[in-house]
Amino acid sequence: MIEISKFIVGFLILQGSLLSLIAAIGVVRLPDPYTRNHAASKSATLGIISILLGLFMYYLLIDHHANSRVLLGIIFVFITAPVAGHLISRAAYNTGVPLWEKSIQDDLAKARKHEKSR
Amino acid sequence: MFTLVMTISLIIVAISTLLFVYRLVKGPSTPDRVIALDAIGINLIAITAIISIVLNTSAFVEVILLLGILAFIGTVAFSKYLEKGEIIENDRNQ
Repeated sequence: MIEISKFIVGFLILQGSLLSLIAAIGVVRLPDPYTRNHAASKSATLGIISILLGLFMYYLLIDHHANSRVLLGIIFVFITAPVAGHLISRAAYNTGVPLWEKSIQDDLAKARKHEKSR
Repeated sequence: MFTLVMTISLIIVAISTLLFVYRLVKGPSTPDRVIALDAIGINLIAITAIISIVLNTSAFVEVILLLGILAFIGTVAFSKYLEKGEIIENDRNQ
C-alpha cells in the first residue's frame, strides 16, 4: 500500500516539474510577450496544481492526515494565475508592445479603430 | 527510489527557474520581465512543496499559500502601474 502511494506521489510530482520545465522552454523560445504569456500562465499553472496535488496525496496517504491548507492553495492558484496572465497581457497590449511580425490578424486594433471613427 | 524521484524533480524545477531568470534578464519589454517574475514565484511554490516532502514536515504549508497570494498581488500591482501610471488612485471624481 505504501509503495503504491509513493508511486502516485512520485508520478504527480515528476509530471508537474516536467510541465514547469516545458513552460520555461516556451517562455525562452517563443517570439513575443503574448505567446510567452500563453506558455507561462497555462503550463506553469497546471504544473503547480499537479505538484500541490502530489503534496496533498503525500500527506493523505503516507502521513495519514488531510491537509486542507494545501487544497486551499490549489484552489487559490487555479483561480488567480489565469487572472494575473490576463491582466499582464492586457497591460502589454495597452502600452503598445508590438505583436510578432509574422502574426497576420489583430482584431482588437480593428475594433478600436472602428469605435474611434464612429 | 522515492528520494531519487524527488531529487530529480527538484533539479528540473531549478533548471526551469534558471530559464525564467534568463528571460528576466534578457526580455526586451517590461511585460516579459513581469511574466518571468510571476512564473518564478509559481516555481518557488513548487520548490517549497517538494522540499516539504523531502524533509517530511507540514510546517511550510503556510509558506505555499503566502507565496501564491504575494505573487498574485505583485503581478496585479505591476500591470496596473504599466497601464495607468499609478497603482492606487486618489482622485475619486472620475
